[in-house]
Amino acid sequence: MIELYILLIVAIGAGIVAVEIKDLLASAISLGVVGFSVAIMFILTQAPDLAIVQIVVEVLTVVIFVGVILKTTHIDTTLEDRRDVRDYLTKGVFVLFGIFFLLFSISALKEIPHFGQPIMKIASHYLVKGFEEIRAANQVAAIILDFRGYDTLGEATVLFTSVIGVLTILRKIGKIK
Amino acid sequence: MTIIVKTITKLLVGLIFLYGIYIIFHGHLTPGGGFAGGVIISASFILLILAFGSEELKERISYIYSSIFESIGGLLFVLIALFGLILGSQFFYNFLPKGKVFMLFSSGIIPLCNIAIGIKVGAGLFAIFLAIAATRFIMKE
Amino acid sequence: MLPYLGCIFLFLVGIYAILTKRNLIKIAIGFCLLEYAVNLFFAFIGYKKDALAPIYTNVQQTKNFVDPIPQALVLTAIVIGLGTTALLLSVAIRIYEKYKTFDIKEIKRLKE
Repeated sequence: MIELYILLIVAIGAGIVAVEIKDLLASAISLGVVGFSVAIMFILTQAPDLAIVQIVVEVLTVVIFVGVILKTTHIDTTLEDRRDVRDYLTKGVFVLFGIFFLLFSISALKEIPHFGQPIMKIASHYLVKGFEEIRAANQVAAIILDFRGYDTLGEATVLFTSVIGVLTILRKIGKIK
Repeated sequence: MTIIVKTITKLLVGLIFLYGIYIIFHGHLTPGGGFAGGVIISASFILLILAFGSEELKERISYIYSSIFESIGGLLFVLIALFGLILGSQFFYNFLPKGKVFMLFSSGIIPLCNIAIGIKVGAGLFAIFLAIAATRFIMKE
Repeated sequence: MLPYLGCIFLFLVGIYAILTKRNLIKIAIGFCLLEYAVNLFFAFIGYKKDALAPIYTNVQQTKNFVDPIPQALVLTAIVIGLGTTALLLSVAIRIYEKYKTFDIKEIKRLKE
């Protein structure tokens, strides 16, 4: 699994570039690099459904980011300002939080099963029933639309709410003379 | 946009739409399903707007139509679930006959649910794109 | 455990962007990175060594599949992440229209 580690390093590097660089258009493109490496990692861990959705959603995200940036401003003008005490304070808070989070997560990651050996107690039951009773070949589709249909209804509601939110905030008011 | 982009867009938009419909319909046999197909369908419409520009009249009509289609998709999904309540005994009961495996018309209500979700996601994301990227500023003087 | 730690580092890069940056677009990029890291973590939990994707085919009928339940949970989470990002960016457009800047310190100061 050496490819997985290489792609993880690429993703973290591109993430750091996307956050630190001064030109906003370049940081949107670095976000695209992160999204594509995540999609290839989905393929390497045998999840083709997720890879398809991740690629198209990430392309749409980059298109929307570039649309917003071209309408407003290209350059991040906050990086050349004077440093405050508040900047050092937030960086100190982040370092503290990062150390605590890493320590807790390492001690918590020792409890879950190792990478590559999941306990598939319920999944084995779903895989057998999905083929014999529902006669679907794609087990992920059988799970999200038949065994757990309520979650899909909830997701449809959340997507509807976000579309309503965007359409309400960006309603055109007044006339263009 | 230049004439190269416009010519290629005229050739490709129909193919991308057809590919999205293919992924939605074969959601229970191959990887994909409603969400991936819906986003691909919205990508074909977004390509059309990006290549040819959006004038005021076309944009307002597309706005109205995409809102109507998104509501139709959501209502269709809830109606299929309610039919399961009427004909069976539970919400989301799988009431259509499940045929043989690996056929296109098999496995109950899963293809119908995929179509409803595809319409909903496609129209919703196209409405989001129209509102964000084709809006005009009303600058204060 | 090493792939899990990679996901947690990506998560920490996102939190760094949200906490310390002062530009609104950089904060929105941080939220995007947060979503990617969490979805990746879920997909890593369901992986089984030397197993295949959970799709039955005509060719083989052995039942050595990866876990399909985390994949089903992440599938909807990816599309919801897109909706969240779009909402955040629409608020950012409105703020730029009113204050002509993306700096969050200036937004607190000019009140007219």
